[in-house]
Amino acid sequence: MLGIESTAHTYGIGIATSEGKILANVNSIYKPVKGGIHPREAAEHHSKVAAEVLQKALSQANISIREIDGIAVALGPGLGPCLRVGCSVARALAVYYNKPLIPVNHAVAHIEIAKLATKTKDPLIVYISGGNTIIAAYSEGRYRVFGETLDIALGNCIDTFARELNLGFPGVPIVEKLAKEGKKFINLPYRVKGQDVSFSGLLTQALRKAKKGVRIEDLCFSLIEVAYSMIVEVAERALAHTGKKELVLTGGVARSKILQEKLRKMCEIHKAKFAVVPDEYAGDNGAMIAYTGALALKYGITIPVEKSFIRQRWRIEEVDVPWMKLLA
Amino acid sequence: MDEIISIGAEALIIKSKWFGLDVIIKKRIPKPYRIKELDDIIRTERTIMEARIMMEVKKLGIPCPTILEVDPENAVIIMDYIEGEKLSKIVTKLSKEDLSRIFTLIGEYLGKMHKHGIIHGDLTTSNIIVSKLDNKIYLIDFGLSTYSKQLEDRGVDVHLFLRAIESTHYGISKFAFNNFLKGYEKIMGKEETNKIVEKVKEIRMRGRYVEERRKKY
Repeated sequence: MLGIESTAHTYGIGIATSEGKILANVNSIYKPVKGGIHPREAAEHHSKVAAEVLQKALSQANISIREIDGIAVALGPGLGPCLRVGCSVARALAVYYNKPLIPVNHAVAHIEIAKLATKTKDPLIVYISGGNTIIAAYSEGRYRVFGETLDIALGNCIDTFARELNLGFPGVPIVEKLAKEGKKFINLPYRVKGQDVSFSGLLTQALRKAKKGVRIEDLCFSLIEVAYSMIVEVAERALAHTGKKELVLTGGVARSKILQEKLRKMCEIHKAKFAVVPDEYAGDNGAMIAYTGALALKYGITIPVEKSFIRQRWRIEEVDVPWMKLLA
Repeated sequence: MDEIISIGAEALIIKSKWFGLDVIIKKRIPKPYRIKELDDIIRTERTIMEARIMMEVKKLGIPCPTILEVDPENAVIIMDYIEGEKLSKIVTKLSKEDLSRIFTLIGEYLGKMHKHGIIHGDLTTSNIIVSKLDNKIYLIDFGLSTYSKQLEDRGVDVHLFLRAIESTHYGISKFAFNNFLKGYEKIMGKEETNKIVEKVKEIRMRGRYVEERRKKY
């Protein structure tokens, strides 16, 4: 299976089997000159690198495109202009080489690759990235959301904080580094609502304090502590509520050692196994789309090319995951 | 004698005896993943708020445990023990009539709380106990409760409950929620209930990846 990822800043192609063998994983990331991701510019980047990424992936896997069983593509969720690039390439390949086209949900792919790489079976999933903050778990045929952000994503909150203060992009590693120099804890809005979190008030308050001249390192320290503790608290609530015995951390922010450490400590309390997706599959990547596409094709999930519209707001609860039914 | 009933997300729940009475000791233990400064603030504030709100909920005639002792410094609350089953455990075994009765009642209770400016903050079927003694429906765990009369907070409260039933009891969620709204409407009136339903829809479409939002634009 060949999989194409182009939901946001990454254009990636992966090649994988349904047994979970990753034969290729080639990704090219658009880096904005300034500010955040400009969807049109990211899409331009994707079109420019599309051919090269495909070539590299095929040679990495040492395979001809004719030997591929199907073309999987992330139809969403994500940014429209970016999604259209990946989807156009996928449609063209599927038609030209007469291969089935397989629709893949980007968030489900983050979950599947994490489960594959960590050998977890039915974990609670903590999926944290620039655009997503989701606590999910499998129940009755689909992944269900047990907690999420009510406004902005965690990555977005920290990225925006860093950008407003000209600290650089991506914000999470930079803010974490500055946080190490932080000494004084500043009380910032800690907003847990049931199993959900809200970061917008935290962002506003942190920026306001920065403009008032509060020491940046202390602010970074407090922002990280508050934001991550909120995530771990709702993850803990979901773990208690679902009774799952494993927890897996996935998504771009999964690389954060501080977040990993906090989640690990929480899992110890509940005697749950803690696992984290390896760095190479943490951020958006083609391999996760290929692998999830391969699982889907095994269950006959395909989409006719003429119906393969992109889906910018495709929630994971809308996706059937028949391969999980084996667990029941 | 002491029996740990659950190591919850929020607190340790211990069943114990207190002057001969069966009680629950709710102790918010320090979280190793939070720094002490933040952890102390959260535990103390929530303990005080929880105890205060439970007293008020009781005054509204909503069954909930009775507070016997509060120790904010150690983040401990002692309350009486309610013998019964969690709604989440028995929901699939209930008859349609029972489901309808129970969820209508929950709607009435939340309506009453909202009318008096109280937000439950964490209403799930695991936080509702069907009593063995008197067959009453007890609300428990006010650990995240707050005061507010804002539509936004009321909407989030209802949204959380809806999402909790959708994610754990998908099969009956529509039926349960409709009955819940019936009860809520009894207290809050049709107009206010419609506003809340609209708000819940809006919350679900906000900023996140929701299919329906496409239709709006």
